[in-house]
Amino acid sequence: MTRKQKRLAVIGGGMSFIIIAVFLVMFAFSQSVAYFFMPADLATANLQPGTRIRLGGLVEAGSVKRGQGSTVSFTVTDGSATVPVSYTGILPDLFREGQGVVTEGSFDAATHAFVADSVLAKHDENYMPKEVADRLKKDGVWEDGTGSGMAPAKGEGTPEAAKDAKGQVVGSTTP
Amino acid sequence: MIVEIGHFALVLALATAIIVSVLPVVGAYRRDASMMAVGTTGSLVMFGLVALSFASLTWAYVVSDFSVKNVWENSHSLMPMIYKYSGVWGNHEGSMMLWLLILVFFSALVAVFGRNIPDTLKANVLAVQAWISLAFLLFILLTSNPFTRLDPAPAEGQDLNPILQDFGLAIHPPLLYLGYVGFSVCFSFAVAALMEGRIDAAWARWVRPWTLAAWTFLTAGIAMGSYWAYYELGWGGWWFWDPVENASFMPWLAGTALLHSALVMEKREALKIWTVLLAIMTFSLSLLGTFLVRSGVLTSVHAFATDPSRGIFILCILAIFIGGAFMLFAWRAPTLKAGGLFAPISREGSLVLNNLILTVSTATVLTGTLYPLVLETLTGEKISVGAPFFNMTFGLLMLPLLIAAPFGPLLAWKRADLVGAFQRVWVFAGLALLIGLVLWYMQNGGPVLALFGLALGCWGMLGAVADLWYRGNFGKLPVMTSLRRLKGLPRSAWGTAIAHFGLGVTVIGIVAASAFSTEHVVEMKQGQTAQSGGYSLTFDGFREAVGPNFTEERGHFTVSSGGVAVADVWSSKRLYTARRMPTTEAGILTFGLSQLYVSLGDPMDGGGIVVRIWWKPLILCIWGGCLIMMIGGFVSLSDRRLRVGAPSRKAKPVKAVMEPAE
Repeated sequence: MTRKQKRLAVIGGGMSFIIIAVFLVMFAFSQSVAYFFMPADLATANLQPGTRIRLGGLVEAGSVKRGQGSTVSFTVTDGSATVPVSYTGILPDLFREGQGVVTEGSFDAATHAFVADSVLAKHDENYMPKEVADRLKKDGVWEDGTGSGMAPAKGEGTPEAAKDAKGQVVGSTTP
Repeated sequence: MIVEIGHFALVLALATAIIVSVLPVVGAYRRDASMMAVGTTGSLVMFGLVALSFASLTWAYVVSDFSVKNVWENSHSLMPMIYKYSGVWGNHEGSMMLWLLILVFFSALVAVFGRNIPDTLKANVLAVQAWISLAFLLFILLTSNPFTRLDPAPAEGQDLNPILQDFGLAIHPPLLYLGYVGFSVCFSFAVAALMEGRIDAAWARWVRPWTLAAWTFLTAGIAMGSYWAYYELGWGGWWFWDPVENASFMPWLAGTALLHSALVMEKREALKIWTVLLAIMTFSLSLLGTFLVRSGVLTSVHAFATDPSRGIFILCILAIFIGGAFMLFAWRAPTLKAGGLFAPISREGSLVLNNLILTVSTATVLTGTLYPLVLETLTGEKISVGAPFFNMTFGLLMLPLLIAAPFGPLLAWKRADLVGAFQRVWVFAGLALLIGLVLWYMQNGGPVLALFGLALGCWGMLGAVADLWYRGNFGKLPVMTSLRRLKGLPRSAWGTAIAHFGLGVTVIGIVAASAFSTEHVVEMKQGQTAQSGGYSLTFDGFREAVGPNFTEERGHFTVSSGGVAVADVWSSKRLYTARRMPTTEAGILTFGLSQLYVSLGDPMDGGGIVVRIWWKPLILCIWGGCLIMMIGGFVSLSDRRLRVGAPSRKAKPVKAVMEPAE
């Protein structure tokens, strides 16, 4: 082979690998990306049952019920709408009523209930996942550091709003 | 007083950085030896000053001086001493100090050990290092000053985030930063060489030890971080494809590619332009990682800061350095001459394949990490790109690399015989398949893909053995002669074999832990028994315990096999008193390379508790393999040809080639 042919072979091989990779990425995006919703969005979202989404909001006070074994049910609210959620497994350390939560899962085709397979929480006393905080602040339901409304009261004199902690995912994030 | 000295030293370091940024470059341009020598002295002075500054911050932590805001926010007088030390970098300001300290440490190393590097190149390298130091010194002094005082001083601190109070955290950041920041040297070498417009095999020889050292530490840092997340966060996973993990993983992938392409450049003078580009890209990814982690755009345990001005500042640093380096590259690269020729099937060819796969995978990870951020900025839509995406794309792209890795070292330079290489390794491939089968049978069950994965891991391990086997010419020569030949092999060949072996071990660990681990979530009352991984666990009840700055409920489990008690394990829920923050401390029992992982959930009505039990077969292989890779890195680093500063026979003539002025 001449130098030119060799170079063509290398470039051709490289390009085909890159093209495969691009298709793979696009396919994976279409398969495994979960969109974030708040309860009020769901009315207009027109979701198919079984579509994986992330559902965020506040855990409604008084809604947490322990069922059989380690199944827990609770209601996620954003002030205007609510969605009942069921989850089997261990809840994060900081899962509390009246505080923010993000769950990932899908709507069951038969029962129309939201079945979560992971519950995400932050490992911090200022317990408010970012997506939820952004939206609630926009809607005026919750404010940073005021301790009013449904927000947790903050330790006195904390100058910085949130020293964020690792989002804790509990549940089977399929390996 | 001591704190003020630290602050002052940092300001002095800034002044020194300005001098070192300018004088050596001018000196290199004018061939003025005394001006170039400023680079060496200045870098050492800078290291001394930053070290003094860092030490004074550490002192404030050790004596719990809560009049320093940073200490007050992240420490507590009752905290154990080791966490007072590690608390220094367990927060935004302190971790930037550590970043800077390691950066100037590397500059000082170049200054001390770079004796056989031509003076002009060395001066330029040190100047580029000083530019980076300057940027980060400004960042710390203007936006993240750790020496800010509080008046009046509070009596007690707010405590360090409890999940950071762990031995793993004490050593994870320094190791990670040694890797992350170590790539700055490669970057500086690339930029300095582009400034001089002169790059050859000798350049690759000078850069390779730094790449190797940085890579080795980064491997250790990532493995340590992964193990820390595994046992401290209490939900049994070891890798989450969390953007912050990706931020450290991308420089690792690019650095691995750089390590291999520098090899081609050193031996064959080929792939010059590509290697320089990779050196720039690797450190750019380190900077990007720093931005992602430090700017607060991500929610993560690492994102301490949410001050937007910091994010913008780091973004500017990012833009200046990455943009500048790429512009310099675009301007100078066309003047570099193409190097040696090689056939597609050859050692060079296999290393090109390695680079292709590694960079494409890096790009994939980068896409998955940045896509949600970009989408949110552009459209406001919030999405999450999680493990399924990365497993599908990255996992599949890595397959050809794992298959090809053992072939590489067996191929000859320039042009090689793939059929011959196949013939030499088929025995080992067969053996690998067999061991994979046996392991699969032993774990009875598991999908076919896992079987393939195990075989692939064994193939990686045995391929490395095959490499040594043929280099020693075992089977053809008497055993003693072969052993002598092995002993005479260059250390870098040993390093390659060991690191590739480690890769195989890690693959086995990943496959086994992903495919064969079992998980039970059960409600247990005192005296009840649960089964996992062939062991039965009996819950014996709770005991209250009090730690230095926490209280805990410790659950005791007796583990028995076939009715005989073999071990016991404590798993607990802690409440850190200062922050009123609960954490889960998992109980982990090791059986050989496998682990039993017990984590406590919520108490139930009626005295029971939810318990989560995992059986994780061969999971220790994941980190064991990383450890072996690290050893491979160190062995390779001890190769005589790469030893930094060692007078080598080859260096002299090469130096003569480099010296004539253009």
